[in-house]
Order: sequence, then structure tokens, then C-alpha cells
Amino acid sequence: MKLHRVSAMFLRHIYLYRHSLTRLVEIFYWPLLDLLVWGFVSLYITRLSAEGKSTPNFLGIFLGALILWDILFRSQQGISVSFLEEVWARNFLNLFVSPLTIGEYLVSLMLVAVFKVVVVFLISALLAWVLYSFNLFIIGIYLLPFMLCLVILGWAIGILTTSLILRFGQQAEVLAWGVAFLFQPISAVFYPISVLPKFLQKLALVIPASYVFEGMRDIIFGRAFPAGQLLKAFGLDLFYLLLALFFFFRMFKQVRARGLLAKMGE
Amino acid sequence: MRGADVPLLEVKKLSKSFNSFQAVKSVSFELYPGEILGLLGPNGAGKTTIIHMLLGLTSPTSGEIKIFGLNPLKSRQREKILSRMNFSSTYVAMPYSLTLRESLMVFARLYGVRKARARIDLLIEQFELKEVADRPVRTLSSGQMTRLNLAKAFINQPEILLLDEPTASLDPDIADRTRSYLLEMKRTKKMAILYTSHNMQEMEQISDRLLFLHHGEIIARGTPDDLVARFRGEDLEDVFLKVAREVRP
Repeated sequence: MKLHRVSAMFLRHIYLYRHSLTRLVEIFYWPLLDLLVWGFVSLYITRLSAEGKSTPNFLGIFLGALILWDILFRSQQGISVSFLEEVWARNFLNLFVSPLTIGEYLVSLMLVAVFKVVVVFLISALLAWVLYSFNLFIIGIYLLPFMLCLVILGWAIGILTTSLILRFGQQAEVLAWGVAFLFQPISAVFYPISVLPKFLQKLALVIPASYVFEGMRDIIFGRAFPAGQLLKAFGLDLFYLLLALFFFFRMFKQVRARGLLAKMGE
Repeated sequence: MRGADVPLLEVKKLSKSFNSFQAVKSVSFELYPGEILGLLGPNGAGKTTIIHMLLGLTSPTSGEIKIFGLNPLKSRQREKILSRMNFSSTYVAMPYSLTLRESLMVFARLYGVRKARARIDLLIEQFELKEVADRPVRTLSSGQMTRLNLAKAFINQPEILLLDEPTASLDPDIADRTRSYLLEMKRTKKMAILYTSHNMQEMEQISDRLLFLHHGEIIARGTPDDLVARFRGEDLEDVFLKVAREVRP
């Protein structure tokens, strides 16, 4: 073993971090998110036992939350990773020199996202039932709008992420795996919004996913879930989707002007 | 020069700047049916930028492009234009996990090709890809990948074909057969081809006319024989070296 060769490879990776802000940020990003999510989960459990309340159906709320969260994540991945597949395969240019319009391309990615979501959901729901006797369908009729709400938010995040990758190139591809998780702590996936600090509670109110997870817990705990909350979530969804589409088309125009579209495909 | 022929592609005073760098400077030319027009020039001369602007991948800073009399910068017109033209480059590949036949099927659908299976079979035969037709694209050699790209470029029987160094990774035998195929398409289908290559022999053999680009400008144009005579070179390769080393006619 030669030290100079080991140091050469060490240096190669240090150089990489020096030139890539996204990779540098990623080092701190995941531990921070884990800390936030698990910190709030711990706070929730501690608060429950301090208040002497009976232990809720943790199996239901955690497994249900996990399966629903995966819907959002797969929906986002269906857009951004499918886009990256073309970049990795160097097939991007072939697509954009065909009559395919950018609108048609986005719709096809959205359909891919829905396909992935349906497959993953069915498998996860089946496994949860077989392994843990947890029936996700106890959510009942609300399950469908909950899923739709998360799919639309996933589309919006996916389109936003894709716009950034389009603009900043492959060095930004880590965003495809990370951006959705930025919404996890404030979406109150595994704990109620009331566990969050006041300023994050306000932020949670503008995240459509938080209404879904609150609703899921309400239903599992046998509480009433006001349908108005769902309408609010869909309203926010629509707003974010339109915003993401606007951002994407703007970026696409900019990228075309700078000649980056061609560079990305080669 | 072309009599009653109407150009399929017209470029007028086309320029492109990237910040302070001017990649293409007021370039004008036409491409006629049944013509092979070669774009020649050293690396960084602006050839690829011109092709990308024609394809609408890069927007021009100024100037005008008309293809089939339509404007590729307008999205509805771009759609119509791109369904009648195609592109192939050595630097572009295909989806790795799909088989060669599946890849072609995707593009046949994108271009709305009728009787897609028959068309794909014909192209597979034409580009000698039968043995690898059902293999994943990732297992293809670079030569096979180039042939697949060319097969894709012919999928919609384009009236205009833009080829960026299409034979760069082909062995001399396949490269020669590809050139013969292009010449046949030009002759029988009146296909118009815009062609870039660093293979001077190839450019001399295949091009009806050449545009010599340097630092984003057309510094000379004409038939290969014209250019050799104007630069007082022995052949096109000699002319290329003179241009690359800044000798003007």
C-alpha cells in the first residue's frame, strides 16, 4: 500500500467538495433532518407520557405515516429521477430535438410518477397488513384524496427540483433525493403539528402534506376530520404546482438562452 | 446556383453570444433539397452551436432561421419542423436499459411513425444491427451505438438531417457504408443534409458545398474543389490546417 496513491484518491474527493456546494451542504443536511424529525418524535412521546395520556396506536400512526410519506417521495422521484435517467443515458438531446413538447414531456413524467406511486403503495399496504396486521384502508374514503394531495405536492417538488438540475447541471442532482425530505419535519409526518415550535407551526399551515398527516391521525384516533382542511390542502397544492410549472418554464427559457440544454444532453 | 429550387433551410445573419464571448457571428447560408452541406472548422469554430440553434436547443442572440418556411423559435412551428427533420451526433446516446428495438419504438412513437414495426425492422437491416436488436443498449459497442443513433435519425424519413460527426466512432468499412447510404438518401429521397466532421477526406467525398467556419464566422464557402483552389492547398486537409493556423484566402 502506497500512501501517495491513497492521498491522491483522498484529494480527488476533497477537490470535489471544494467545487460543489450541493455536495458540501449534503454532509450536514441529512444529520440535521434526522435530528429534527427524531427530536420531534421524541418530544411527542415524552409529552404524552408526561401528560399521563394513554398510549395511542403508534403502529397505526407510524406505519400509516410512513406509507403515505412514501407516496409524496415516489411522486417527486417519478419526476426528477425519470428526468435524470435521460441525462445519465445521454438521451436528453434526442428527446428535445424530436417533436416532443415540454408540456408533453412533463405530463409523461407525471404519469410515470402516478404509476410508481400506485405500485409502491399497493406493495407497502400489503406488506404492512401481512407483517404487522396493519390495515391502511381503515382510513376509508379519505385515503384517495389524501393520496392525491400528496401526489400533487410530489409533482410540484419534482418539477421544482428538475428546474434546478436543468439550470445548475448534474452537480445539483443530489437535490433529487434531498428536497422532498426538507418538507418532512414541518409536514408533521410522525407527530402532531402541536409538537412543533410556534414559528414552525405557522410554516406547517402552508404545507399541504401537514393537513394529510393530521387528518390521518384524526381518523386513526377516531376523531372527526373536517373536510374543509382537505380543501385548503388542495388549494395549496394547486398553488405550488402552478408556481413550480412557472419556475420550470422560466428556467427552461433561460437554459436555452445560455446553451445549457445542449450541454446537459452530451 | 440552385435554379428553381427553394431552400429547405435558410439562415440569415445568425449570431450567438455567451456573455462576452461571441460563438457565432452573423452567419448566413441556405440548404437545398438533395444537397449535402458540410460545416467545416476547428474546435470551437461554432459548428455545433449553429446546429443546436437550428434544432432550437439554443436560442440565437440575433438573426433569423427559417426551416420549411417556418420559425423554429415559435413552439407550434417548432413541433411541425422537428417532425420533418432529425439529428444524430456521436456525443448523444440512447436509454441504456432499453433494448435497441425498444429504443427505436420510443422514437417511432415520438415522431408518429406509421407501421413502426416494419420501419424499425427495415432500419435494423439497413444499419446491420440485426444481431444486437434485442440486446440492451448498454451492451452495444460505440460503433453499434453510432449506428443506432443513425437508425434513430432516419426513423421519420426526414427531409432535413443534421449530423454532428456521425462517423467519428465507426470503423472505415461501416463509415464508408454509412456515407454511401447518406448519398443514396440524398439522391433518391432528395434529403438535405447538414454535416460536420473532422475527417477531411470524408467531407471532400460527401459534401456538395462547404462552409468554412473560424472563430464563429464563415470565412470561405464553395465546393471542396473551390476551397482547395482558393487556399492554394493540396487537399482539404491542407486547407483545414491553413485555416486553423489563421491563414486567410
